[in-house]
Amino acid sequence: MNRPVAPATGGGRIRTPLPFPTAARPAVADRQLRANLHRATRTIRDKRARVVDEVPDWEALRDAGSAIKADVQRRLPELLEQFEASATAAGATVHWARDAAEACRIVVDLTRAAGADEVVKVKSMATQEIELNEALEAAGIAAYETDLAELIVQLGEDTPSHILVPAIHYNRAQIREIFQRRMPDAPADLTDEPSALAEAARVHLRRRFLSARVAVSGANFAIADTGTLVVVESEGNGRMCLTLPETLISVVGVEKLLPTFGDLEVFLQLLPRSSTGERMNPYTSMWTGVTPGDGPRSVHVVLVDNGRSAVLADPVGRPALSCIRCSACLNVCPVYERAGGHAYGSVYPGPIGAILSPQLTGVADNASLPYASTLCGACYDVCPVKIDIPEILVHLRQQAPHPPVERAAMRVLSWVMRSPRRWAAALRLMRVGAAPLGAYRERRTGARTLRRLPWPMSGWTRSRDLPLPAPQTFRDWWGKQ
Amino acid sequence: MTARDEILARLRTALADTPPAVPVPRRYRRVDDRPDLVEVLVDRLTDYRAVVHHGLDALPGLLGDVDRLAVPTDVPADWLTGYAGQVHRDAPPLSPADLDGMDAVLTGCAVAIADTGTIILDAGPAQGRRALTLVPDRHLCVVRTDQVVGLLPEALTRLDPRAPLTLISGPSATSDIELNRVEGVHGPRRLEVVLVSSAR
Repeated sequence: MNRPVAPATGGGRIRTPLPFPTAARPAVADRQLRANLHRATRTIRDKRARVVDEVPDWEALRDAGSAIKADVQRRLPELLEQFEASATAAGATVHWARDAAEACRIVVDLTRAAGADEVVKVKSMATQEIELNEALEAAGIAAYETDLAELIVQLGEDTPSHILVPAIHYNRAQIREIFQRRMPDAPADLTDEPSALAEAARVHLRRRFLSARVAVSGANFAIADTGTLVVVESEGNGRMCLTLPETLISVVGVEKLLPTFGDLEVFLQLLPRSSTGERMNPYTSMWTGVTPGDGPRSVHVVLVDNGRSAVLADPVGRPALSCIRCSACLNVCPVYERAGGHAYGSVYPGPIGAILSPQLTGVADNASLPYASTLCGACYDVCPVKIDIPEILVHLRQQAPHPPVERAAMRVLSWVMRSPRRWAAALRLMRVGAAPLGAYRERRTGARTLRRLPWPMSGWTRSRDLPLPAPQTFRDWWGKQ
Repeated sequence: MTARDEILARLRTALADTPPAVPVPRRYRRVDDRPDLVEVLVDRLTDYRAVVHHGLDALPGLLGDVDRLAVPTDVPADWLTGYAGQVHRDAPPLSPADLDGMDAVLTGCAVAIADTGTIILDAGPAQGRRALTLVPDRHLCVVRTDQVVGLLPEALTRLDPRAPLTLISGPSATSDIELNRVEGVHGPRRLEVVLVSSAR
């Protein structure tokens, strides 16, 4: 008997330990953090806008990118099989991981088989998601992050707060302090000039690169028809890891596929301009299996589900799998700019995280995240693959569990609003009933608003004022004109 | 059931609604045949802090302060005319430590994209393996004008996807500190392009 295998949710660092409003409170109160975030998001927003404006066919590229990704989702099983066949034919070994724990186990086993007790790492969202560094450490394997921002975060024993710039929450003085405290070979007279800090990181990692035997990376794209993997980066740490060690292990979410090599002509235009606001990032590396005499002799790809099948199962939420992790939506989001990345609890912060994390875990496990948005729609405008994030947020809010009081109130409201007569009568009643209170508040405070409501509505007014009904509706006013 | 079969089965179940086929609209530009592509390339390279020189005649001067120069095994002889320092050919392959001791590396490229100021290496003629152009701190790259295309889509059609490919746009850089672009982290901190006219 063949029963269908149900899509499964995932684990790892994608769950909010605290509800978003609770987690955001300390961040919103931290003036230094808010100043750092404000400055950084403003800078990158402007850079992106400048380089996107240069491209006359930007909208055509977005349309193509969006359609290619929708096509990938529709054909995901067959494209994965095609990728596996092409990569294997080129000398790579393809592994499959149902969830975070299985993916970590595969990487640990491969590292041990290579006889190594340390790995160098290229920045990768997938390995953060599956909490690979923790798993390696538990297995007695040291993992060295080599991207500058990841290095800062790792040395600071912190977690990333942004997809592209994980250390966006630190300013230069704070970074210098971390280097002086935690980097034994940092020069004694290290200044907080960004060039001096970058030089310190270069010296610190140089020997490690030249002697590393195993590297772990993610991939920005995996090409089905050729078996090629693509890593987009800036510093050259990626090239070091992808080229010098004997063994290369790449952890890749199943949604990262593109059907053909030619499809890169769209995505390598969309990604850098959306992400770092550059025409092109300094380095992009592409490799297909093993090339004798050039680069690693042992190449592994770990294809990870970890909840992606559950995302795929929801036709409304499915486009979240189109995300290419550019982080443009974070940089334009008024909520992200004020709360920062840590408040989202997951490795995927910001608007994309607010839809992706709850879908990966199941909405019940991340029920506060779909509300971490004002639904202003700026994220949709900048998304290079046109993910309608506000639509998916609203869809997920409907699925999130709601308290019985709220459900009862909504049922009553829906009954009232279903009939124009009942609705008009209710408005009349509210207007008349609230008139004395409104007049009183206006005399006292100059505004017809209430600052605080009694329980159970007190939660709603904790972060908002309640406007009282106007003395006259627009329709009444219009009728009198 | 293996992880592979289980994941594929999960994904097939997830697609039980059989979403319709999606036509991909490709209305974006694929070619840019402006006559001044080389000027655009120079402008974009310079904008991202690469240094541009014209003609092979510039090479001996550029290499004047280079004692140890790494080159691919098939480096054209005329690129080294007038160079007085030590030439280290990558055969047998130089070790990472050897490469770290080089003052510079001199290679060619496969194709260059004017629009983005990008140079692409594909391990083809006069380029060598990837480590060669990565570890030395200074990369000098000879670009022939017939290797210059306008846009990324044109460049990709000239490449074999199965070759190890590296797209280089300016020297190594980071924006990780307050989003200030700083040139020079792990890759070569100096990228110099020598443009050579392919007309003979």
